[in-house]
Amino acid sequence: MTSTAREFRQGLLDVLPILVAAAPIGLLWGTLAASKGLVPFEVWLMSATVFAGAAQFVAIEVWRDPVPWVLLTVTALIVNIRHVLMGASLSRHLGGIGRRWHPFMMFLMADENWAFSERRALKTPLSLGYYFGLALPMWITWTTSSITGAIVGRSFGDPAAYGFDFAFSAMFIGILVGFWKGSRTAAILGSSAVAAALSKLYVPGAWYIVIGGIVGVLVAALLYREGERS
Amino acid sequence: MTVTILAILGMALATYATRASGPYLMRGVVVKGRLKAALDALPPAILMAVIAPTILTTGLAESIAAVLTAAVAFMRAPLVVTVLTGVISVVLLRMVLS
Repeated sequence: MTSTAREFRQGLLDVLPILVAAAPIGLLWGTLAASKGLVPFEVWLMSATVFAGAAQFVAIEVWRDPVPWVLLTVTALIVNIRHVLMGASLSRHLGGIGRRWHPFMMFLMADENWAFSERRALKTPLSLGYYFGLALPMWITWTTSSITGAIVGRSFGDPAAYGFDFAFSAMFIGILVGFWKGSRTAAILGSSAVAAALSKLYVPGAWYIVIGGIVGVLVAALLYREGERS
Repeated sequence: MTVTILAILGMALATYATRASGPYLMRGVVVKGRLKAALDALPPAILMAVIAPTILTTGLAESIAAVLTAAVAFMRAPLVVTVLTGVISVVLLRMVLS
């Protein structure tokens, strides 16, 4: 097996549990989108080109007739603004990967494959094979489950009944532990969590992720002391 | 083009703009010292911010399940075990607490 194939396989193995959790959520989203009047092709098109679960659920909340396309576009921008920070961070690990792949890699950057990539970059250089091993199965699962939900509809029940809605939180907790470096990490995570939770309660829209992320980053910058090894 | 397709393409363009602009922000920036400390904190801070409302303000079941999940994760359990712990404990806790 070539090293690219081996890396792809490792990415696929890492992302498998996420696919199991993402499929019912895609089914649910497709069902909801169809109930708002989107035809299966439109459901597939949105999952294929937007490829961002949170933004798509918010869009279906906002969706009505006539379709408010400007509002939907602006809302997608706001819900996904965290990608700017995620991409800035991920770009530090793209040095060993050819430039021409970068636009396509960024197109496929979702929370889950980004988180796995950052975790892997703590130990080994990020490879194209590993990244696509995570991202392509995610894209295939998300698009396939969405269009299936749109066609088959309401026969699946509520993912919350099986705890699938908590799978992403649990996965992020598991990934977070890999970033743990002691009390300073606790301060960063604590400030980010409190800022995000308060923003979610008191700031309209989906700004809480960006606010939490920026507060955590500011705390890290404040706690930094000149001359220390990083 | 229908207005539905227009809306989907608008959302797709807006989303791709957020994804593609991060690397351009970092082009030519030398990352060291305080800036490196700040950027190193970015992944955990964002991950935490994504889940904070779920684990802090949804309900007691979610908060307890998050603590259990973190405890298992800290024992260096494989990620699959960590996720299963979260999913199973949240289902059981919701049954007990509701």
